[in-house]
Amino acid sequence: MSTALEQPRVVEAPNYLNNEYGWKSWLLTKDHKRIAVLYIISITVMFFIGGIFASLIRLELLTPEGDLVNSDTYNKFFTMHGIVMVFFFLIPSIPATLGNFFLPMQIGAKDLAFPRINLLSWYIYIAGAAFALAAIVLGGVDTGWTFYTPFSSTYSNTFVITAAVGVFIAGFSSILTGLNFIVTVHKMRAPGMTWGRLPLFVWANYATSLIQVLGTPVVAITLALVGLERAFHIGIFDPAIGGDPILFQHMFWFYSHPAVYIMILPGMGVISELVTCFSRKSVFGYPFVAASSLGIAIIGFLVWGHHMFVTGMSMYASLYFSLLTMLVAVPSAIKVFNWTATMFRGSISYETPMLYAFGFIGLFTIGGLTGLFLATLGVDVHVTDTYFVVAHFHYVMVGGMVLAYMGGMHFWWPKMTGRLYPEGWGRFAALLVFVGFNLTFFPQFITGYLGQPRRYHAYAPEFQVLNVMSTAGASVLAVGYIIPLIYFLWSLKYGPKAGNNPWGAKGLEWETTSPPPTFNFEQTPIVTEDAYAYGSPHENVHEGGLK
Amino acid sequence: MTFATYYIAQIDLGQWNIVIALLIAFFKMSLVIFFFMNLKAESALTKLFAAGGFFWMILLLGQFFVDYISRDWMPRGRMW
Amino acid sequence: MTEPHGAVAEHAEHSPYLRHHFDDMHQQFDAATLGMWVFLLTEIMFFGGMFGAYTVYRSLYPGAFASTSLHMNPAFGAANTAVLIVSSLTMALAVRSARLGSQKALQIFLVLTMVFGIAFLVIKGFEYHEHWVDNKVPLFQQEWHHWDYSNDAEHPNQAQFAKQAQILFCFYFFMTGFHALHMLVGVGIMTTILLMARRGVFSKDYFTPVEISGLYWHFVDIVWIFLFPLLYLIGNARKLI
Repeated sequence: MSTALEQPRVVEAPNYLNNEYGWKSWLLTKDHKRIAVLYIISITVMFFIGGIFASLIRLELLTPEGDLVNSDTYNKFFTMHGIVMVFFFLIPSIPATLGNFFLPMQIGAKDLAFPRINLLSWYIYIAGAAFALAAIVLGGVDTGWTFYTPFSSTYSNTFVITAAVGVFIAGFSSILTGLNFIVTVHKMRAPGMTWGRLPLFVWANYATSLIQVLGTPVVAITLALVGLERAFHIGIFDPAIGGDPILFQHMFWFYSHPAVYIMILPGMGVISELVTCFSRKSVFGYPFVAASSLGIAIIGFLVWGHHMFVTGMSMYASLYFSLLTMLVAVPSAIKVFNWTATMFRGSISYETPMLYAFGFIGLFTIGGLTGLFLATLGVDVHVTDTYFVVAHFHYVMVGGMVLAYMGGMHFWWPKMTGRLYPEGWGRFAALLVFVGFNLTFFPQFITGYLGQPRRYHAYAPEFQVLNVMSTAGASVLAVGYIIPLIYFLWSLKYGPKAGNNPWGAKGLEWETTSPPPTFNFEQTPIVTEDAYAYGSPHENVHEGGLK
Repeated sequence: MTFATYYIAQIDLGQWNIVIALLIAFFKMSLVIFFFMNLKAESALTKLFAAGGFFWMILLLGQFFVDYISRDWMPRGRMW
Repeated sequence: MTEPHGAVAEHAEHSPYLRHHFDDMHQQFDAATLGMWVFLLTEIMFFGGMFGAYTVYRSLYPGAFASTSLHMNPAFGAANTAVLIVSSLTMALAVRSARLGSQKALQIFLVLTMVFGIAFLVIKGFEYHEHWVDNKVPLFQQEWHHWDYSNDAEHPNQAQFAKQAQILFCFYFFMTGFHALHMLVGVGIMTTILLMARRGVFSKDYFTPVEISGLYWHFVDIVWIFLFPLLYLIGNARKLI
């Protein structure tokens, strides 16, 4: 009786998530989208591990004395925080997750050029992370994420080689991802997708890939030399035996400065996508934004000496690097101007991704401007190795990069999972992140300028109030990160289903289903219009919410 | 071709001039790249990447030396 | 079900080696070659970093470096250079054979290339052995500081000189060591390619793995072409014979 009136089961459209089940289909996948999901899970884990170390740091810094832990342990905290966050979260973050997922789709391809190398790159990342975690578990490293010699090569008693091996291995993951992207963008664009029609997210990831490919091998060889020096007790960087510790710094920063552009460029690409979509307007000055990505990538290789102004490098070299560092701010500024001009006379709505984009633009600008202070030789001598530097790079990396990552995750979540996250909670968390972030790091500009040195577990008592504010901010920030974790997971099961294009955005990825089918498109798209062809903002007014 | 370059290298072993040795190396490398590796027949893009690689290495070396060459320009303690 | 692209009937018409995310073999070949060139670019930077460090120390300690190069055996170095260049030649001929579809020639040239590659490693082995016997290996032997440099050059401070020379020797071993490691990997790759060739995988239409392995092999040769003069030929007035 009842069977006759049973509702027919609704069969979900086949997509990349449900076409195969079982752990083998995930761990041996060649689908760039599944690999992106694997990366999302891995880097989220590493992010929270890095966050734990950050919390320990801020806990210690609640009081001026070094009373929670001793200085050796504190050194391990900031080292592990840096290593995990830089090499295992920030460097892979957007390229390996959102880039992996959306770069092929945005150019109309079925996959990356080398899908198996893509999977290999994830396994290599996991192997590197395993070494890093081993270093943590075995007792930690205390050299600072910068591994300065001769401490790291000769005098440190901690697990430097283990950590260095982890970073070395993770570097290859980064190189392979970059290689894949470069070949994909050159060789696999859909018909009609000319370079001038590429979404700026693709341009940004392409520029990032160039940096990854050109810079990472140098840090690999540098860490290899440190490891060899440590293992065999020879003195390549040990001044007692004729080595030059400055050479280590040159080699290390040759990569590590461009590395920060690896971290920020994809974020800038995301912001281009968000600002255009939520202003319902094409980007202002597309060629300039595209060219500025390449400009940042190239000039970024010419400025690394600004990390070494007080180390004993020649003064003339310092002049050279200081000048060029001023230059590298120009393309970044171009982007900020263009995003702002894009929003001008646009039809702006304030969904969560756009809130993160606004946050990015403001905080990245502050971070970038303080970078100019640091580029100025005279000022840098005063504030180097203080919390001013710490605040600067957290403004660009967290206020910039992490906000861009969160914005991108929210923007593309419906496409990746086919589910909508709860918008109210999204906006609330974005606000918490913004408030928490500023409360954490703005006081650090002040304490740094007043002289609080970085990497010290104790500080002068007059800085306590500001440090307490900073720690309070960190707590708020932590909540701001945990809330999205919860609602994203919640939405997987209980979130409302998303349509193909809940934001009404332009871009090839929005023209296929949510989640997309395994080969991305039913038929290879043929591109006839430019990127961000939103038309007049007044034509495309939507109800200021999800469709 | 192989024997010719090898022979030239042998003759020059009487010199200490590193520049000549490097020039020969560049010449050999160009031969390998253009003929063995067929770069001549490849697209402009590939040539750009190959050239870019070498250029980038020069950039690395050059910028290291911005420091090392200029260290002596100001009076300071000598590195031993 | 999802129809990937095109009709199923077309499936039978293309090469079995066409990967489905590519439109045709030409695109696949293009992508593979570009990919290999980009990878070689990373290798240039990898060795470049080492060359950079080496060059810095050479400029800082020219005397020590010049004198230690006298302890290198240029005969071995020259022999290795010749061996590698010949192996590059055979490799290029192997790729040519693959393009023409000549299976036998391909296999012969691959084997020859491997033979020369192994010859290189053997000669290198002899060289390292000689250094070991002469107590010049700085990594494992503690008698390093006893080695007398007074015959080599005028230098006010022998202890310093010895340490500077030690750095050179370290770079010698690291640079040639990493290079030899790449050679070893290259021989491994050649073995794989040879096995694939024997199985008849390659033809006029599909020889991509041969081509890109060839590129890798040539690159390793180029690294040695630079290592040879830099490590062996920096000295004053020296003769090969």
